[in-house]
Amino acid sequence: MNSLICLRLRLPPALLSLSLIELKSFCGRKKMVNGLINENPIVYEIKHRRDVRADSSSNTNELSVDAIDHLEVFDHIRDIKDPEHPYSLEQLKVLTEDSVEVDDSKSHVRVTFTPTVEHCSMATIIGLCVRVKLMRSLPRRYKIDIRVAPGTHATEAAVNKQLNDKERVAAALENPNLVEMVDECLSSSFE
Amino acid sequence: MGSLNNLTEHLETYVDVSRSPTHHAESLKAIAASLEKGVLSLNQLVVEMDMYLTTTDDVVRARGILLLAEILNHLKSKPLDNAVVHSLIAFFTSKLVIWRSLRGALTGCLALIKRKGVAGVVTATDAEAVAKSMAQNVQVQSFALHDRKLCFELWECLVEQYPEAMINLGNLIVFATCEAIDGEKDPPCLMVAFHVVELLARLFPSPSGPVASEASDLFEFISCYFPLHYTHTKGDEASIPREDLSRGLSLAISSTPFFEPYAIPLLLEKLSSSLPVAKVDSLKCLKDCAVKYGVNRMKKHYEGLWSALKDALYSSPGRDLSFGLEFLTSPGFEMDEIHREAADLLQRLVKQDISFLGLVVDDIRVNMVFDTISRYSRYEEMPDTSKLEVLVVSQILSVSARASVDSCNIIFQTFFFRLMNTLGIVEETSTGDLVHKENSTVSTRLYHGGLHLCIELLTASKDLIPSSKESSSTPGSAQQSWSSIVNRFSVSLIGAFTSALQSSNDDCSADAYLGVKGLLAMGMFRGGSSPISRSEFEKILTTLTSIITAKSAKTVKWELALKALVCTGSFIDQYHESEKALSYMGIVVENLVSLVRSSQCSLPYPLILEATSEVCSTRPKYVEKMVEGFEEAFCSSFSDFYVNGNFKSIENCSHLLECVTNKLLPRVTEIDGLEKSLVHFAISMWNQIESSVVFSYDFNGREFVEAAMKTMGQIVGVALVDSQNSIIQKAYNVISSSTLPAMESIPLTFAALEGLQRDLSTRDELTLSLFASVIIGASPKASIPDVKPLIKLLMVSLLKGYIPAAQALGSMVNKLGTGSGGTCSLEEACDIIFYESFASGNDISSDDSSKSKCGSETLLSKICLGFYGSLDLQTRAITGLAWIGKGLLMRGDGRVNEIALVLMECLKSTSGSGNALHPSAMKHAADAFLILMSDSGECLNRKFHAVIRPLYKQRFFSITVPILESLIVNSQTPLSRTMLHVALAHIVSNVPVTVILDNTKKLLPVILEGLSVLSVDAVDKETLFSLLLVLSGTLTDIKGKQSVSDNAHRIIECLVKLTSYPHLMVVRETAIQCLATLLELPHGRIYPFRREVLQAVTKALDDPKRRVREEAIKCRQAW
Repeated sequence: MNSLICLRLRLPPALLSLSLIELKSFCGRKKMVNGLINENPIVYEIKHRRDVRADSSSNTNELSVDAIDHLEVFDHIRDIKDPEHPYSLEQLKVLTEDSVEVDDSKSHVRVTFTPTVEHCSMATIIGLCVRVKLMRSLPRRYKIDIRVAPGTHATEAAVNKQLNDKERVAAALENPNLVEMVDECLSSSFE
Repeated sequence: MGSLNNLTEHLETYVDVSRSPTHHAESLKAIAASLEKGVLSLNQLVVEMDMYLTTTDDVVRARGILLLAEILNHLKSKPLDNAVVHSLIAFFTSKLVIWRSLRGALTGCLALIKRKGVAGVVTATDAEAVAKSMAQNVQVQSFALHDRKLCFELWECLVEQYPEAMINLGNLIVFATCEAIDGEKDPPCLMVAFHVVELLARLFPSPSGPVASEASDLFEFISCYFPLHYTHTKGDEASIPREDLSRGLSLAISSTPFFEPYAIPLLLEKLSSSLPVAKVDSLKCLKDCAVKYGVNRMKKHYEGLWSALKDALYSSPGRDLSFGLEFLTSPGFEMDEIHREAADLLQRLVKQDISFLGLVVDDIRVNMVFDTISRYSRYEEMPDTSKLEVLVVSQILSVSARASVDSCNIIFQTFFFRLMNTLGIVEETSTGDLVHKENSTVSTRLYHGGLHLCIELLTASKDLIPSSKESSSTPGSAQQSWSSIVNRFSVSLIGAFTSALQSSNDDCSADAYLGVKGLLAMGMFRGGSSPISRSEFEKILTTLTSIITAKSAKTVKWELALKALVCTGSFIDQYHESEKALSYMGIVVENLVSLVRSSQCSLPYPLILEATSEVCSTRPKYVEKMVEGFEEAFCSSFSDFYVNGNFKSIENCSHLLECVTNKLLPRVTEIDGLEKSLVHFAISMWNQIESSVVFSYDFNGREFVEAAMKTMGQIVGVALVDSQNSIIQKAYNVISSSTLPAMESIPLTFAALEGLQRDLSTRDELTLSLFASVIIGASPKASIPDVKPLIKLLMVSLLKGYIPAAQALGSMVNKLGTGSGGTCSLEEACDIIFYESFASGNDISSDDSSKSKCGSETLLSKICLGFYGSLDLQTRAITGLAWIGKGLLMRGDGRVNEIALVLMECLKSTSGSGNALHPSAMKHAADAFLILMSDSGECLNRKFHAVIRPLYKQRFFSITVPILESLIVNSQTPLSRTMLHVALAHIVSNVPVTVILDNTKKLLPVILEGLSVLSVDAVDKETLFSLLLVLSGTLTDIKGKQSVSDNAHRIIECLVKLTSYPHLMVVRETAIQCLATLLELPHGRIYPFRREVLQAVTKALDDPKRRVREEAIKCRQAW
C-alpha cells in the first residue's frame, strides 16, 4: 500500500498536467459541440478488396516473401469506423489507397488522411484510431507517421504535432473513455 | 363419465384467458380427438358448452364461441347432420353482429362453409344469409389484422363455393367488397382481397351486371395499390413475397374487360415512370390485360402501347454486342428485366393481332436502321447510339417475326429484300426492279449491322418451322412465303457468311463471330420443308470443318467453328434429322476421324483430338466411329514407333490415350455400346504389344507408359465382368508368351536376385505395367488364370522395385477368394507371398539367424528387417509389404496385424537380432503407414472394385496406436523416435476425426509430442501439417474440451513454437488460428499464458507471408 502511494507521489507533476491537458484536447469536442460536426457526409463506393488467399504465387512458393505494401496497410485501416457515423473511413474518403506510403526496407509507414470538413474536431480522434490500429497490426520495427493532408484542416499543424507525439498519444491512451471510443471505432476493422 | 369430467376440465382450460396458448391448443386437440373418435357427440358438446356460449361475460362467451368454431375447423372431414349444420351456421351468423365474439363467429362460418364433399354442407340459403349479414354488419377495416384476413377468406369462400347465392345478392356484394378493401394495407389480406375481386369479375360477366356498373369504383380501390411498393421490407418473414402479391394484383386488374378504359391509361402512365419496378410491373400487367381484354378493346390503345414499348426497349442502358463464345447460341447481349418483359409483350400483341405489326412495319425509326447499317461497315466503328439502334431494331423485328407465321411472312416480305439490297446480294436495276445477283458474292458488302440483323431474323424464323410430325399433317407450306424467300437467297447468304468468316483475321473477332453465327443459323433449319437444301447444308459443314482443319493453332475462329459444329451436331441428334445426320457423319465426323488416323496435318495432334472428341460426343453413333478411328490411330502410331522409331508417334499415342481417359471414359454410363468398343480398344492395345516383339528403339517413355496404364486400368474398371475376363485372358496370353515368365524361374536365392543385373527391357516393362493395371482394375468376380505363377512373377518384380507390381499384388490379395473362378485361395496366395517364393533356391528358413523375436516367421518380413540382401531390396520389400498389407487391411484380414508388427519392428532403432537399421529403411517403414491408411487414387478404391470392409481404418487404429505409443516411450534413439512419431502421425491424421475425439485424453499428449518432434526436420512438414489439422479438429470440438483444457499449457507451448515454423506457411497460419480458438477455454485457464502468446503473435506480425500476418492481427486482437 505504501509503495503504491509513493509511486503516485513520485510521478512528476509536469507529466500529470500534460496528461490532463491531453484529456481536454482529445475529448473536448464532446462537451463543446452538441450536434454532429458533419451532419450529412457524402458516402462513396468502396473499392474491391484484394483476396489474400487467392494469391497463388505466395501460396505455392514457400520461400517467396510478401513484402508489406501500401495495399496491405490500407486493408488494415480501411474499415475503421468514423467516430460519428456508421460508415468506414474508406466510405467517407477520409482514407484512400494513395494515402498510405510504405517503405518496408526502412520500416516506415506514413498515412495521410483527409478530414471530411476543415474544422473537423474529430481529426485527432481519427488519427488516434489509425495510429492505434497500425500499432496493433504492424511489426514493432515500424515507425508510424500520421498526418492530416496539407490544406484540409484548420489547425493542421497542431493536429499533426499531437498525433505524432509519442507521449501525448500514450497519455491519451491512458484515458479509459478515450480508449473505449477508439476501440469502438476499431472493432469493425478486426473482422 | 370420466370423459365428461375431462371435457369440463378442457373447456375450463380453453376459456381461461390467463392460460398459455400451448395449453389452449392441447385442450382443443383433446376435445377434437374425442369428437373424431365418436366418444363424444356434437350435441353433447353443445349441451355441455351451453353455459359458455350464453353467459353474459363477454370474454368467456367469445372464448366459448371460438372453441366451438375451432373444433368445427378440426372436424372438416367428419360427416355431420344437415340439421346440425344448419343450426350451427345460423348460430354463427347471428353472432356476426356482435363484435366481441366476431373472431369465433368468423372462424365458425369459415369452417362450415369450407366443408365440401362430406355429409352436412351449408345450404345456399344459409350461405346467402351469412353473406348478407357480413355485408350489412361487419365493418372489415375496423378490425385487427387476423380478423380482417378471416373476413376476406370468408368472402373468398362464399364467392367461390356459392356463386348462385352470391348472384342473388347482386350489387350488395360488390359494394361490400369495395368497402372491405378500401384502406387495406396488409399483404396477406390484400392477397385474398385481390382474389375476391378476380372471382367477382368472373361471377358477373354481363355488361349490365353489378361489376360492369361499378367498374370504375372497384378499379379505383384496387388500382391505388399499383405499382406495389413495400414500405417495411424487413421483419415480416412470414409475409407474402412482393412477386406473388404483384401477380395477384395483376390478375385482379386484368380480371374483367370492364376495367379496360381505366386500366390501360393507368398502366401506360406508370410505364413512363422512372422506377424500374413500376415499369416491370406495368409490362407484366399489360401482358395479362392484352390476353384478357381481347383484341377489340385493346385496339384503340395500340398507338400508345407501341410508343411506350419502343421507349422501354430503347431506354435500357448500356447494352453492347459481345462476341464471346458463350453467346453463339443466344441473342448475344445481356437483357435486363424491363427489356425482357417489353419484348414478351410485343410478341404477345403481335401474336394476338397481326394488325399491330402494321405499326412496327411503318415505324420511321425501324426503317431508318437500314441507313445506319450501310453507313458503318464495322461494328466497332459505330457510335453507341447506332449500335443501340441496330440491336433494338433487330430485336423488335426478330421478336415480332417469332410471334407467328403470318407476322414472319410480313416481316420477311417487307424487310428482307431491303436487307439483301443493303448487303449487296440484291441489286436495283435502272427500271427499279430488284434483281437477285446469284453469283456475285464478290460485291457482297459485309456490314456487320446488316449481318447481325440478318442472323436475328433467320434464328427467329427457324423456330417457326413445325417439328416434322406437325408439318406432315398441315399442308400449309404455301403460306410460308418467308421460307421461299430464304430459299431464294440461301446460296448468296451462305456465301456472304463464308466470306465474312474467311476474310476475318485473328485480331478481329466480330467478323468470325458473325460469320460462324450466320452459318450456324442457316444450318439449324429443321425438317423436310427447310429452306436450306441438303447440298447447301453440306456446304456449311464443309466450310466449318475446313476452318478447323486449316488452322494450325487455337484461335478464336477455331473455337467458334468448333462450337458451331458441336451445336449443329447436338441439334441433329435432338430432332432426329436422319438425312442431315448422314451429311454430318460424312463430312464432319469422317473428316476429323481420318485426320486422327493419319496424324499428318498442320494442326497439332492434341487439337485434332479435342475437336474430334467434342464433335463426336454429340451422338452415340459418332462416338463408336471415333473409338474405331482412335483404335486404328493407336495401332498405326504404335507400330510406326516400334518399326521406324518415330518418337513423334509415341507422343501422339500418349495424347490419344489421355483423350480416351479424360473425354470418353467418364461418359461410359451415358452412351450405350461405348463400353464394348472401349473393351475392343483395350484388346487391340494388347494385340499391338503382342505383335511388337522387340522394340528396336529404346525410349524413355515414362509418359506413355503412365498414360497407357491409366487408360487400361480405367477401361478394365468400367468394363463388365465378362469383358474383364476377356481382357485378362488376352493380357495373360501376352504375358505368358513374353520373356517375363523367365523371371519366375530365376533362382530365387538372394544372391541371384541381387546379382540379377539384367533390367527389364522397355517392352517388358510396358507389358508388366499394363498387366498390373489390368489386375488392379479387375473386379473380384473376374477370374484370373494361373494365379500362383503370377504372384511369383509379381513378387520378383516387386523386389526389383516396380511399384505397380506391388499395387497389383495388393489388389490381388484384396480380391482373391471372393470370386467363383479362383484357382487359388487367399491362404495359398499368402503362403506364396510370405514363405514360398524364396524357399526354392536356398533353405534360408533353416538359417539360424532368422530366429528373430518378431512374432511371425515370414520370409518377406526378414527381408524387410534387413537380414538378407541390400538396402535397396529392403526398402522395396517394405513398400511392397505396405501395399500387400493395405489389400489385406481393406478386406479385414487378420494377417495385416503381423505386417504391422513387422513394420513397427523396422521402426525400432535396432532390430530383433541387434543389427542397426538403416535410416532410409526406417523412413520407408514409417511411410508405409501412410500407404496403409490413406485413400489411394491409383488402386484399391471403389472405382477399381476393391473389397472394402467398413471401419477398417478404425480397427487398424485401435490395434496399432497402443503399440506405437509404448514403443515411443521405450524408444532408444532420437531417430527411431522421430520415425515412430511419423508413423503415428500418418495413422492419426488419416483416421476419421470422431475416433480421435473419443480418445482425446489419451492421444493429446502424444500428438503434442509428435508435433514438437516433427517440427525439427523440414522433411516431415506435410506430416506435421496433417497432424496439426488433427489437433485443431480436437480444439474446436466439444468432446475434446476437457482434455484440451487440462493440457492447455502444453498445447499453447507447442503452438507458440509452431507460429515460427520456417518450412511451411500453412503450419504457421493454422497454429495461429488454433491459438485464437483456444480463447474459448475458461478465462482463468488461459490467462496465465497471455503474455507468452502475445509475444509470439506479435512476432508473427512480421511474418514474410501476408496470410500469416492477417491471422496474427486477428489473433492478437482476440487475445
